[in-house]
Amino acid sequence: MWDYLPALMQGAWITLELTFWSTLAGAFCSFFFGLGRGSRNLLLKSVSVAYIEVFRGTSLLVQMFWIFFALPLMGVRMSPMTAGILALSLNIGAYGAEVVRGAIQSVIRSQYEAAKALNFTPRQALWFIALPQALPEMLPPFGNLIIQNLKDTALVSLITLSDLAFRAESLRNLTQDSTTIYTLVLFMYFGMALMLTAIMKLLERRVGRWRGTGAR
Amino acid sequence: MTDTLVKFDRVTKRFGDFTVLKDLDFEVKKGEKVTIIGPSGSGKSTVLRVLMTLEPINEGVVYVDGRPLWHEEKNGRLVPAGEAHLREMRRSLGMVFQQFNLFPHMTVRRNLIEAPVRVLGLSRKEANKRAEELLAMVGLTDQADKYPQQLSGGQQQRVGIARALAMRPQVLLFDEPTSALDPELVGDVLKVIQQLAEEHDLTMLLVTHEMDFARQISDRVCFFDQGTVCEEGPPEQIFKTPKNQRTREFLHAVLHPNE
Repeated sequence: MWDYLPALMQGAWITLELTFWSTLAGAFCSFFFGLGRGSRNLLLKSVSVAYIEVFRGTSLLVQMFWIFFALPLMGVRMSPMTAGILALSLNIGAYGAEVVRGAIQSVIRSQYEAAKALNFTPRQALWFIALPQALPEMLPPFGNLIIQNLKDTALVSLITLSDLAFRAESLRNLTQDSTTIYTLVLFMYFGMALMLTAIMKLLERRVGRWRGTGAR
Repeated sequence: MTDTLVKFDRVTKRFGDFTVLKDLDFEVKKGEKVTIIGPSGSGKSTVLRVLMTLEPINEGVVYVDGRPLWHEEKNGRLVPAGEAHLREMRRSLGMVFQQFNLFPHMTVRRNLIEAPVRVLGLSRKEANKRAEELLAMVGLTDQADKYPQQLSGGQQQRVGIARALAMRPQVLLFDEPTSALDPELVGDVLKVIQQLAEEHDLTMLLVTHEMDFARQISDRVCFFDQGTVCEEGPPEQIFKTPKNQRTREFLHAVLHPNE
């Protein structure tokens, strides 16, 4: 069993790298298009809606294949890592954008009225009043999405990236020791998911500090 | 120059088929403390919300300090105002809400500082000084670094008053400021408003159900019914010798609820 670990660890590292970068870029997409969807600018709004619907409505695998195998035929070539991160982040960003939009919509109207009465501009009201209140609402669903993202990274093995799933597959081809290898891989994914959950819990506590002060 | 600060000129406001304000004529003078009373649905809160630019009007013109609030003058004609005009007009108005509407994610101090810094462009230091003066005035100096949820309703509303005052409005609108409070907390808030009324030349427009309070602090009481001013006058006259039948009925129902 210990013989498998170095190779699997190398794979796990790729998986973590993919997860990290695609979550980061995905978060950016979430905010950009989530806010864009609520924008008064019609162009930004339509682009955001189109993005969200297209990437939620098609399969991640197809998106990944399209970016990695179809785009080069149109002259856009990128490394498997870049293609993987791009596909993952665009996909997770589309779901995240809906989370952002929903959380902002859940901020009650009277908060906007108070902001208006204090003469904040609509943009200031969004950034300083609505978003900080929406942020704690977003974190639990974001946590789900990040774990979803971690598991989705396994698909990149199909565009030649040697992530954890890829390593597992090659080891199995070599040794036929399916039980040990897949059990190990299962636990490794699970361990990484636990880690992410813990990080999100910490973040939730930090961002939502003002909400935990209800007792008087 | 007239000393009229707020003027509603034949203002009509509808929500769908329901007419909340009907051809309303209504004036408030500089420094005047006016209380609006009336049954629910009479349009009294709407008057404040229209003034705070939270509700647009359908007909008529509202003037604040001689300038149309919801309109701009273009080539001698009044056209619906753009956001820039509304922002400029809002500078002279402030509002205290029934549900306080404090920003829950900010400490009391930041609730008071945020708008003066971001909107008026005050330095943090100046804004903080202003905040501390106001907190002292409403008796909450020691609560500055708490979050709103950690305060009682009465304390929250006093923060709400301080927050509105931090913008130095000319007119302060109070929308049923004590209606959401437990009875034992009402007194503290009323005391602050009363002090404000006595010590400042601030123009105040209050919607309230506290009749004793209205009697004490108002220069004038307006009884609203069905979207118009049904009767108005000095508090003594309105409360002791109301002329209008509907005013009499309303006051009787409010002051003697058990009969």
